[in-house]
Amino acid sequence: MSDPGTVAAHPSHAAHEAHHEELGFWRKYVFSTDHKVIGIQYAVTGLLFLLFGFSLMMLMRWNLAYPGAAIPWLGAILGDSRMPGGTMLPEFYNELGAMHGTIMVFLGVVPLAVGGFGNFVLPLQIGAPDMAFPRINMLSYWCLFLGGITMLASFVIPAGGAAQSGWTSYVPLSDIAGSGQTWWLVGMIFLITSSLLGALNFITTTIQLRAKGLTFMRFPFFVWAQFVTAFLLLLAFPPLEAAGVMQLMDRVAGTSFFLPSGLVVSGQALTNAGGGNPLLWQHLFWFLAHPEVYVLILPAMGIVAEIIANNTRKPLWGYRSMVYSLVFLGFMSFIVWAHHMFMTGMGTAMAAFFQTTTMIISIPSVVILTSLMISLWGASMRFNTPMLFALAFLPMFGIGGLTGLPLGLNITDIPLHDTYYVIAHFHYVVAPGTIFGLMAGIYYWYPKATGRRMNETLGKIHFTGSLICMNIIFMPMFIMGLAGVSRRLADGGASYDFAQPVLHWNVWSSWGAWTLGLFQLPFIFNFFWSIWNGEKVGENPWEATTIEWSAPSPPPHGNFIGAPEAYRGPYEYSVPGAPKDFWPQFEA
Amino acid sequence: MEIPYTVAIRRDTGLTNGKIGIWLFLASEVMLFGALFASYILIRTGAPSWPRGDTMLNVPLATVNTIVLISSSVTMVMAWASLMRGRFETFRIYMGLTILCGLAFLVIKYFEYSAHFHEGALPSTNNFLAIYFTLTGLHGLHVMGGMAVNAYFWGPGAKLWKTNPTWFTNRVENAGLFWHFVDLVWIFLFPTLYLL
Repeated sequence: MSDPGTVAAHPSHAAHEAHHEELGFWRKYVFSTDHKVIGIQYAVTGLLFLLFGFSLMMLMRWNLAYPGAAIPWLGAILGDSRMPGGTMLPEFYNELGAMHGTIMVFLGVVPLAVGGFGNFVLPLQIGAPDMAFPRINMLSYWCLFLGGITMLASFVIPAGGAAQSGWTSYVPLSDIAGSGQTWWLVGMIFLITSSLLGALNFITTTIQLRAKGLTFMRFPFFVWAQFVTAFLLLLAFPPLEAAGVMQLMDRVAGTSFFLPSGLVVSGQALTNAGGGNPLLWQHLFWFLAHPEVYVLILPAMGIVAEIIANNTRKPLWGYRSMVYSLVFLGFMSFIVWAHHMFMTGMGTAMAAFFQTTTMIISIPSVVILTSLMISLWGASMRFNTPMLFALAFLPMFGIGGLTGLPLGLNITDIPLHDTYYVIAHFHYVVAPGTIFGLMAGIYYWYPKATGRRMNETLGKIHFTGSLICMNIIFMPMFIMGLAGVSRRLADGGASYDFAQPVLHWNVWSSWGAWTLGLFQLPFIFNFFWSIWNGEKVGENPWEATTIEWSAPSPPPHGNFIGAPEAYRGPYEYSVPGAPKDFWPQFEA
Repeated sequence: MEIPYTVAIRRDTGLTNGKIGIWLFLASEVMLFGALFASYILIRTGAPSWPRGDTMLNVPLATVNTIVLISSSVTMVMAWASLMRGRFETFRIYMGLTILCGLAFLVIKYFEYSAHFHEGALPSTNNFLAIYFTLTGLHGLHVMGGMAVNAYFWGPGAKLWKTNPTWFTNRVENAGLFWHFVDLVWIFLFPTLYLL
């Protein structure tokens, strides 16, 4: 069918495709192959896991602020193996820490940013009726779902609880850890499969299903961001899958890939064959996990670019240089991974190489961020909720990025590496950075998904509270980190004398985190309330220029009434002499 | 709703969706096996001693397996070429032969594995056997996956030939690309593990 609109307009014409028109509840909302439904499934799953991962952190923050203090009622719920009498066991703290990282990265941000926004927005923005492989798309979601269930189940398995070896699962610790680690590995293999299927679908869709006239340099920046992200997922995840298989072999079949000879654990020599290499795991892990950092940030940058162009009513400044930077950044992200490993004593030659590439990769990020900032120059902005989140993204990501420079250099990384400074740095990138970008995207595309706008007042309360709380949580961590407090302690550093002068900042961080939790309530309420009670809107409530705004809100199966076509670049705002201040890409 | 360019070729890219999809999938597979080969190199160069493959493994059986797998790639091409010429019955024969070759490969592999297990040569014995079992095991899973796909096109999937022969031919071609990749991985595995 070349004209996607005909099915919706003439149901009888499509009688031979009746299985698409008269789907039952299960095929329509649960096992759907429609990219919009799958996108929403991904987004809701991602949001739920973000909330769950955040809850784990709120629990950890209790023990960090008030180490050893009991919460009897919580102890009664969680049981003696986790919080006997309400006092958190260090082992349980380690479980929470490992699973907070894993869940936030692999089950929270990536499903929302790539699975959710990618699936929902990307086909609409390129004028496609659906993804290139709808059934693989569905499979990709259900792999993620199984992976999520596996991770959750690992908390309640009888022996040992969830993984405790950090989200990085460094060996040999994780090789000899309890059974939760095996569940973690199985869960990761599901998640990797899901990402792989999603990535090849995104790339194929972008290349093949572009609307007529939509050349690559007419892509909205968001499409470019998803396109590059998909390549990172496609090529960086398989090495982690290989590493996961090897760790699984170590744990299940008794191999020694990551176990060196003569390893002694708790005074007992291990009986394994030995000869393995723990550094191998770190290399394979970070070969994925560095590109993964860009998987987390690029979709958010894409969203922010869309919203800034729309609300400044100006074209993006330096669109081409942003695109070239993005592609360059994608390539470079494959050769910087060992800057996470300066502590392993890799030697000056290797360190010099990786710090050089690390400094080089900061250039394209700066180009993109600077272009976004210059785009604001001289604009008469609309300060709606999506724009507020997008604007906050810029300085927050800026702080995260700039504080990363000392970590990219061997000599400054070594004293900072195991401290709270690192936590503060990457959380500024991911929490008030990426998550603000994603929140901006939710408020921005919500009208497209539901046909109604989210409430602005609640949105602004959510925004203001979140922005203040995020800084209260993470700014103190820079101070603690510079004072040398280790980031791996269940008591937050209370057992060390030198940490005493800065320990009070733990209390600030914790109260910031709990207050941040409270400020998510207006968002959760708004998210559901607006489905039925939000202000009704038409196809293009933000007066935007990109193709997704030509489809009805919400778009029907097949998305567009008539085949869309692109006639010009994506951001033709305030064109001199034009009748309106926006000239959509899809209008002839 | 039909997805554009599932059967027809998009003019400006010159490709169908499936063709791009399978090549991207193969790219990720290259990274998967590439990471394992890299691990093999790292572990081997770091080992104080490393056994020669032919002292631990059965080279004659693996040679037979190499021939079996290369033959299966030839029959796979013939199966696709038969469809291109519109000869469905010949396709059935060649595709059947491809599946049988895959089966023969797995049976021979089974004899190899069970001989190792009888001698007490397990993945946990040393890192040579660990990487051997991991690489060949993962490759074996790929052979099974390829056979499942081929069996589908030999059996129930062949119905598509009647309604849309072009699409069916393209799908067989893509399955063939995967099968050749699995073959190619073995071509690297055989000398690396058995001969070096």
